[in-house]
Amino acid sequence: MAVVDRPLGGVTVPTPPATKDYAGWESWLTTVDHKKIGIMYIVGAFVFFLIGGIEALLMRVQLGAPNNTFLTPDVYNQMMTMHGTTMVFLVVMPFNVGVGNFIVPLMIGARDMAFPRLNALSIWLFLFGGLMLYFSFMAGGAPAVGWFAYAPLTMKQYSPTFGVDYWIIGLLLTGVASISGSLNFIVTILNMRAPGMTMNRMPLFVWMTLITSFILVFAFPSLTAGQIALLFDRHFDTRFFNPAQGGDAVLWMHLFWFFGHPEVYILILPTMGIVSEVLPTFSRKPIFGYAFVAYSGVAIGFLGFLVWAHHMFGVGLGPLANAFFSGASMLIAIPTGVKIFNWIATMYLGSISLKTPMYYAIGFVAMFIIGGISGITLASPPIDLQQTDSYYVVAHFHYVLFGGAVFGIFAGLHYWFPKITGRMYNERLGKLQFWLTFISFNLTFFPMHITGTNGMPRRIYTYEAGMGWDLYNLISTVGSFLMAFGVLVLIWNAITSLRSGEIAPNDPWDGSSLEWATTSPPPAHNFDSIPIVYSRRPLWDTKYPELDAAHEIGTKAISRRERIEQEKAKMGAMPEEAHIHMPTPTYNPLIAAFGILVAGFGAIYISVPFAFIAGLVGLVILGVGIFGWVRDSRRDSPYLVAQH
Amino acid sequence: MSASTTTHEAQDGHGPTAGHVTPAHLIGSMGVDSRKLGVWAFIGSEALFFAALITIYLIMAPVNMARADHQDPKEFLGIAFTSLLAAILLASSLTMVLALAANKRGDKRQFRIWHLATVALGFSFLGGQVYEFNKLLHEGVTLSSSLFGSSFFVLTGFHGTHVAIGAIWLLSTYFKVTKYPDSPENAMDIELAGLYWHFVDLVWVAIFTLIYLI
Repeated sequence: MAVVDRPLGGVTVPTPPATKDYAGWESWLTTVDHKKIGIMYIVGAFVFFLIGGIEALLMRVQLGAPNNTFLTPDVYNQMMTMHGTTMVFLVVMPFNVGVGNFIVPLMIGARDMAFPRLNALSIWLFLFGGLMLYFSFMAGGAPAVGWFAYAPLTMKQYSPTFGVDYWIIGLLLTGVASISGSLNFIVTILNMRAPGMTMNRMPLFVWMTLITSFILVFAFPSLTAGQIALLFDRHFDTRFFNPAQGGDAVLWMHLFWFFGHPEVYILILPTMGIVSEVLPTFSRKPIFGYAFVAYSGVAIGFLGFLVWAHHMFGVGLGPLANAFFSGASMLIAIPTGVKIFNWIATMYLGSISLKTPMYYAIGFVAMFIIGGISGITLASPPIDLQQTDSYYVVAHFHYVLFGGAVFGIFAGLHYWFPKITGRMYNERLGKLQFWLTFISFNLTFFPMHITGTNGMPRRIYTYEAGMGWDLYNLISTVGSFLMAFGVLVLIWNAITSLRSGEIAPNDPWDGSSLEWATTSPPPAHNFDSIPIVYSRRPLWDTKYPELDAAHEIGTKAISRRERIEQEKAKMGAMPEEAHIHMPTPTYNPLIAAFGILVAGFGAIYISVPFAFIAGLVGLVILGVGIFGWVRDSRRDSPYLVAQH
Repeated sequence: MSASTTTHEAQDGHGPTAGHVTPAHLIGSMGVDSRKLGVWAFIGSEALFFAALITIYLIMAPVNMARADHQDPKEFLGIAFTSLLAAILLASSLTMVLALAANKRGDKRQFRIWHLATVALGFSFLGGQVYEFNKLLHEGVTLSSSLFGSSFFVLTGFHGTHVAIGAIWLLSTYFKVTKYPDSPENAMDIELAGLYWHFVDLVWVAIFTLIYLI
């Protein structure tokens, strides 16, 4: 076990002043600081969370009573599509990326991400992509094809507005943001770890972020290729997905779900990482089976690429394909179960401290078990054929993605709120919001298991009275408004805590990982001196050096202090840092992202005369941005800085 | 040199002749330059993108042939001409290797010759592709004329776009290196542009084999 060598108040390395400094709002537009970028991701995702939530409420009003006429069928379809697309691409993914951006470099003892300017490009492209998608409401109508946009519904003749084109290009922009963000995470985590932070000493949140980044980098290209083919189908009459001309609508399904199923793990794995940090901290125990939790994540990531066609059992792929994809899907229950048992064993015999993050983490485990079990039922083709496209599926994935992913994100937001903002949140309001969310979540989504099994199809804008669905739908609608009230409590808690919350100490939870070794909020350069790591729980070892270090059964007990001395001897001398050099703030990533946005508008209207002008103007702006970027990178080049 | 730098020959593969010093924190936990690791991961992502486009083409090919309005690729694609294009692109990979080697030796003249030759070969390939597309359009193969037209143009068009980006990348690297001839960044700048260039060539080898030859 071990220790941060020079945890706090160590030797301060001189920081040269940045050559250019911006103040006020400009400091946000020009920032390349992973912490500011992380905050922008979280705030952006939260705004989209509110918008996606309002869309859900509108749908719940429409479905609250039979034969309702609150929304027209077309508006309902737009709400349904935008709700799904928003929650997946603009809420859960950026929440995870935002928390990761803020926390991962701190956890591994780095000063920033590997590519700070690329990081800035990612946040701007994510925001621009989301705004572009929403601009479709003002440009003839949002997409109304569902979040997986099956062909031939997406063909020009069935979706004549530009909504689908906005969906394609908007998601392409957020896709570029996600891929560049993931490349950044991969390089940061593999290459920027503090001395002594070996792979097997990384916090589990870092592990899960690394796995997620690899999944993303390999899964997104399939969606991109499909979307490009779809764009050509809509604008240049190519024949990829148009069955009337020999195209293959099932090919779109394969391309989409080859991305779409790994996407589920992109959403859930980082939140599993958050839960793996929160549970040990509030149980006052190391995580049970660290290696199993880490490597079961790798197994999930790998198997995630072999199960995509379980979304397509209804197509009729044949018994052999169905059997393969069914078996592979059920296999995923093993690594997932391993994690769940490890979490439970972590809490077992721990001295549990029931703070809000712990509430959410336990809620995550409980709700995720329900969602996981309904998932196993859906992995069986005969059951799936009965339940597919019914509300049972809607219930299943909300248990996984709300009861799972969003609960995990709420756990993380409360857990790291003191570190990010420097203020404590209000514990009473936090717990109130948990119970509101927990009860209303089950009130909203549990009845959907029953309506689905009773035959209510998903994505219908209304239904006849007397089908046996009326009461359940009313309960769901009431639950959804209660959940919205819970979100208001969260907002109230955040605002009041930011204004007048207790000043947060550096380490409010007695945490074990490096982010708690620095101030709350951390300085721009994160650590005054780069910490040296000798074990998986560097901070606990610093704080409790006389406790026993983990050791094999049957071997002699050894204190953490002694273990550190052994590790120190093994590692030898550490290189000294001469001075800290932080990258200079710059507008160029924003300019480059803006160029891509303008070119994107050209692509949306690609077959409209003169739209290519927007494309060319966008490329010129992009070129200007890249040119300035290269100059920035030369100014901050570590090669050149090292020479001075 | 400050204390934060270490000489290292073995870690970054530049060999003893490179003679430059890499800052210790740049070597990274993996012993690799961060940018190089990033470009490798990016190439992994790009490989999946082309795998998807090639798969679309291969799935469409038999469906195309079974239809009444099919266009047979064998009738339209000239092997001789595209073999020439393939030779041009493969030659550009060779000149890229020579440019990188010349830069490592510190031979600026040879570097300029081979690096610019790579760019020129890249643009010749693009010229050849424009000629080929033009010829096909005149023969009635368009994006919408058949499943073959759709999948062929989208696949080879996107490959051509990547070649164009690679050539621009190489050219801008050339200007940067000639403007700052003594910059310690040069070796890595050239190597990264070269890595991407070899990848684009490799994709063409796959396309040429699967679409033109078979």
